[in-house]
Amino acid sequence: MNLAVASGKGGTGKTLVATSLALSLSELGPVQLLDCDVEEPNAHILLRPTIDSSEPVTVPVPVVDKERCTYCGLCAEACAYNAIAVAGSIALVFPELCHGCGACSYVCPKKAISETTREVGVVESGHVDGLRFGHGRLNVGEAMAAPVIRAVKKLADPEATVIFDAPPGTSCPVVETVRGSDFCLLVTEPTPFGLNDLTMAVEVTREIGVPCGVVINRDGMGDDRVSEFCAREGIPVLLRIPFDRRIAEAYCRGETLVAAMPSWREAFRKLFDEIRTLAAVGSAA
Amino acid sequence: MKEIVVLSGKGGTGKTAVLASFAALAENSVLCDCDVDAPNLHLLLEPEVLETHDFYGLQVAHIDPEACNECGLCGAACRFDAIRDFQVDPFACEGCGLCTHVCPLEAISMRDRLAGHWYVSRTRFGLLTHARLRAAQENSGKLVMAVRKRAREIAAETGAYYILSDGPPGIGCPAISSLSGAQTALIVTEPSLSGIHDLERVLELCRHFRVRALVCMNKCDLSAENSQRIEEQCRRLAVEVVARIPFDPDVNRAIVEGRPVVETSDGAASREIRSLWEAVAAHPTP
Repeated sequence: MNLAVASGKGGTGKTLVATSLALSLSELGPVQLLDCDVEEPNAHILLRPTIDSSEPVTVPVPVVDKERCTYCGLCAEACAYNAIAVAGSIALVFPELCHGCGACSYVCPKKAISETTREVGVVESGHVDGLRFGHGRLNVGEAMAAPVIRAVKKLADPEATVIFDAPPGTSCPVVETVRGSDFCLLVTEPTPFGLNDLTMAVEVTREIGVPCGVVINRDGMGDDRVSEFCAREGIPVLLRIPFDRRIAEAYCRGETLVAAMPSWREAFRKLFDEIRTLAAVGSAA
Repeated sequence: MKEIVVLSGKGGTGKTAVLASFAALAENSVLCDCDVDAPNLHLLLEPEVLETHDFYGLQVAHIDPEACNECGLCGAACRFDAIRDFQVDPFACEGCGLCTHVCPLEAISMRDRLAGHWYVSRTRFGLLTHARLRAAQENSGKLVMAVRKRAREIAAETGAYYILSDGPPGIGCPAISSLSGAQTALIVTEPSLSGIHDLERVLELCRHFRVRALVCMNKCDLSAENSQRIEEQCRRLAVEVVARIPFDPDVNRAIVEGRPVVETSDGAASREIRSLWEAVAAHPTP
């Protein structure tokens, strides 16, 4: 079972939910937590895993052979990302813009373009208390998170319950993470910000056809509009975590919710049972 | 003209609450919401939309089923695994167009994809440029460039002194687009271990793009120990901590009411944000 935890907005408690859910389930069977927020991975801060493997993530980039190049410009014309420019007798590659699609080398009539690789980040894996862990880290200054996210997702074990901690937002990095999951848990907070972003996140899950349910974090801090939205849209609210300064302080210290308050373990296990039922219905539909 | 962009690395630290208050305090400014993935600033500013523009992202491949003989060359060539069973998965397609070159029958064409909209709106604090990327679309960095470009044009036309930009979380494509070319980045952080970790990365980003960074610590009394660590980290990196905003329920109450906190409260957070604005506004341009 692949379960994504997303939120639209940042700071709603995705990582808090993902880590506590993973820890609550890890005594029951094989569980893997994969942090796909490669711009700002945070799950390791709460879990403190032992890292036993680290691999660079590379993307292909073109190299132009000056001997063979006739500066015809077909490569620049074919590049959708403006990552190659040809002017006079200069062919310039801008590696940060390159998506590594290979169109330039394909169209080159002189076979003057080959590829090398460029490191854009790193993917690490390890374990903590019987829970398997993996995350990726985008190098600072790199724009494209997707290749690093794909590398993290490759760590997924088909035999385990895999929990993907998604990045915030609703654009490509989130889609890259949630795509192919059996269920998406959306963590939100009961404020106009939370509602606005939840609305968009629900749209994303619908677009890519993944069933979803909601966790309301900091319940009681705002108003009822999030609950009303979920009722209206037929989205199940699966868990409410109260607005409690003690939880905020535990998070600040870098403690997971179930470590700070072990009684929450049961609630997360129940949450997972419900998700499993809903995912089964979702895949039958 | 001075452009101040509020960033955080991490989401939920209070960027938008701070920026909306700046909007209320600054005179003669243009506002810009660079968080095009999950824009929130409009929720506090009640914008009245004056202009709407379409935004096209990268194109998407389309296979004409009439012309396709299912040879499979396109699927084999695609590095994004976007063509399966002779169908394009629009969410996986990165719009590179390699498949159009590979197809021996010219059965594949590239089509425009409407990825979102961007707007110019009137608010009670001045003009606002903002955008909305459609769900599950990409290329938000390019959309950020569009709203920033328009904000600069408006500032030049109207003689505005400040451009106040609300940035996206993270350090990837949209954050880079928000930051490049700004004079000052105000980094809003919180005293959690995640906050400290993300602060480090976003400060590195500011250094990388040579934008002067100032730090504002939000909810600073949630952990005295971590606040201390942030102070030390900033001292070590020679980054000035310009504000320490205490945890104050008035901030949330203001958000639920849909207003900047400096308009609704004269409490501890509101007072600190006022003096923060004075400090940021008075800071000499680097």
